[in-house]
Amino acid sequence: MPLHQITTITGKAVPVAGADMDTDRIIPARFLKCVTFDELAGTMFYDERFNADGSSKGHPIDKPAHAGASIILGGENFGCGSSREHAPQAIKRSGIQAIVAETFAEIFFGNSTGIGLPCVCAAHADIAAATALTEEEPETPWTVDLAAMTLSCPKASFPITMPAEPREALMQGRWDAVVELMNAPAEVERLAAALPNPTL
Amino acid sequence: MGKTLYRKVWDAHTVGILPDGRTQLFIATMYLHEVTSPQAFAMLRELNLPVLHPERLFATPDHIIPTDDQTEPYADPRAATMLDALRRNCAENNIRLFDLPSGQQGIVHMVMPELGITQPGMTIVCGDSHTATHGAVGAIAMGIGTTQVRDVLATQTLAMSPLKVRNVRVEGSLRPGVTAKDVALHIIRKLGANGGLGYAYEFGGSAIEAMDMDGRLTLCNLAIEGAARCGYINPDETTFEYLKGRPYAPKGAAWDEAVARWKSFASDPDAEYDDVVIIPAEEIEPTVTWGISPDMNIGINETIPSPADAKDEETRKAYVTALDYMKLTAGQPIKGLPVDVVFIGSCTNGHITDFRAVAPLLKGKHVAPGIKALAVPGSQMTAQMCEEEGIADIFRAAGFEWRKAGCSMCLAMNPDKLIGDQICASTSNRNFKGRQGSPTGRTLLMSPLMAAAAAVTGMVSDPREVF
Repeated sequence: MPLHQITTITGKAVPVAGADMDTDRIIPARFLKCVTFDELAGTMFYDERFNADGSSKGHPIDKPAHAGASIILGGENFGCGSSREHAPQAIKRSGIQAIVAETFAEIFFGNSTGIGLPCVCAAHADIAAATALTEEEPETPWTVDLAAMTLSCPKASFPITMPAEPREALMQGRWDAVVELMNAPAEVERLAAALPNPTL
Repeated sequence: MGKTLYRKVWDAHTVGILPDGRTQLFIATMYLHEVTSPQAFAMLRELNLPVLHPERLFATPDHIIPTDDQTEPYADPRAATMLDALRRNCAENNIRLFDLPSGQQGIVHMVMPELGITQPGMTIVCGDSHTATHGAVGAIAMGIGTTQVRDVLATQTLAMSPLKVRNVRVEGSLRPGVTAKDVALHIIRKLGANGGLGYAYEFGGSAIEAMDMDGRLTLCNLAIEGAARCGYINPDETTFEYLKGRPYAPKGAAWDEAVARWKSFASDPDAEYDDVVIIPAEEIEPTVTWGISPDMNIGINETIPSPADAKDEETRKAYVTALDYMKLTAGQPIKGLPVDVVFIGSCTNGHITDFRAVAPLLKGKHVAPGIKALAVPGSQMTAQMCEEEGIADIFRAAGFEWRKAGCSMCLAMNPDKLIGDQICASTSNRNFKGRQGSPTGRTLLMSPLMAAAAAVTGMVSDPREVF
């Protein structure tokens, strides 16, 4: 199963500000009642974006200027809380291809890597500057470059960070781990035989 | 230098190192529930792969289960579809399912320790962030996503990088009225809702060593609310005492061997930690959240903090957002705040010891007028014990709705939800915006003792003054 290698993502950005953006806010629990992820497109940040009567709260995602954005600019501890993979699935299925934030919650980060959605970290001041540039000129094309480790646009460039292993996994096209995990069956069976298993 | 439990368990389960540098980690057991597993089985079918080690998988339905009328089919057809999917996937793949008629159904994080399936020295995963709970017995237990559930179904392994380990020591004696829940909230306040990023928390110190197993489960359950994907406590006599005689625990000669093996996993006295934090037990008060992140919490006698006193601009903004959402004012005392709903239950505080602690206090008292109070045992086994011990009747007599086992009002995937901007005194684990089912609902996290005090008085109260 060959996978595509993910090195650069280019597109418009949209700010989703605030620390501790939990996965209940990214995808409210009522959207979790599904047996596949196919229905999640368009549901990201639903209650942040819409009132109970369906009217818009004027969230940046719904501003025409940010329509079609590929990159989210987030805050600290992005994706904290529930492990629901529905959160990165909803984001990816809504057209987002990369997230830049100050830090990421571990489970969210792993879930995103596993579906080929890169999560990279940048400094608070740099995200603030990128946000300001995006708000001034929403059409600005930004590039997340995992080889150069930069978030850049024609007017600016900021350093980004990502742990070496997931970065390699994305750039080598090894991000769908199941493919990698099937290569050592004998060693897996050795551990399965050696390690106790709870039984009645 | 000695090793931590985390490192010992990690090493014992390491299959090898993958080309990208991650470790291929063998998973001793994976737990399944109906919300995050159907998609994983669908992915597996798409890849035409079998379940590799079904004997290492255990399932129970919890999130979508109604806690009042459980007659099937459920009123919510989407919930019924998810339950059907779990049943079908378990039956087709020979996976043990603790279903509703079994008498062993309940919240996955309650059922597995109660059955003795959760054991020291294991790697345990589940598509649920509160999997951290199982670290209480001295296991590495982590929440994972659905694609990773698929990986474990197919290979019984995961691609992971090891975490750093922070030793969080609570030293001294807890004050009266202070529970494991208060300890957990206090730790999260001190270290931040994002303080555990990159870390596993090893909880220790005399106050933790003195905790019973249910308290330890509560503490580890909340590790994730401080951003630590995994929290654990070294196995000791309390652990072994808890496990002995449980259905899936080793028996006879195998028991003694298991205990010796389990002891060998405990962190060495000279283990090296990436960080150490020491918290005096005496400084912990009965604690309650006021905001929309679990670290926004204060002692019962404190006032709601002001954005002006925030440590930085980011926190100031977060306080403004939280006060606005919660409809609270800076400087306002939290004590005396009227509540609408009281919820005692969840994987955090739905244990038998939680109900045993509250029941004697409720004797002869009654839920305040106008308050909706729910008591929801976390598992059918706990529910059964509560009936046998007369605890359920005490709650009923006090005016609580005594419900059937499930996640209930913790997360809004079943009929138990807040309405409008109701305020709920809740023993659950998350006070996020909209968490309890209404996009404007408000959650105050607290211990079962404080929740019971709120039920009786109709407002946030100090349990030491009410009972």
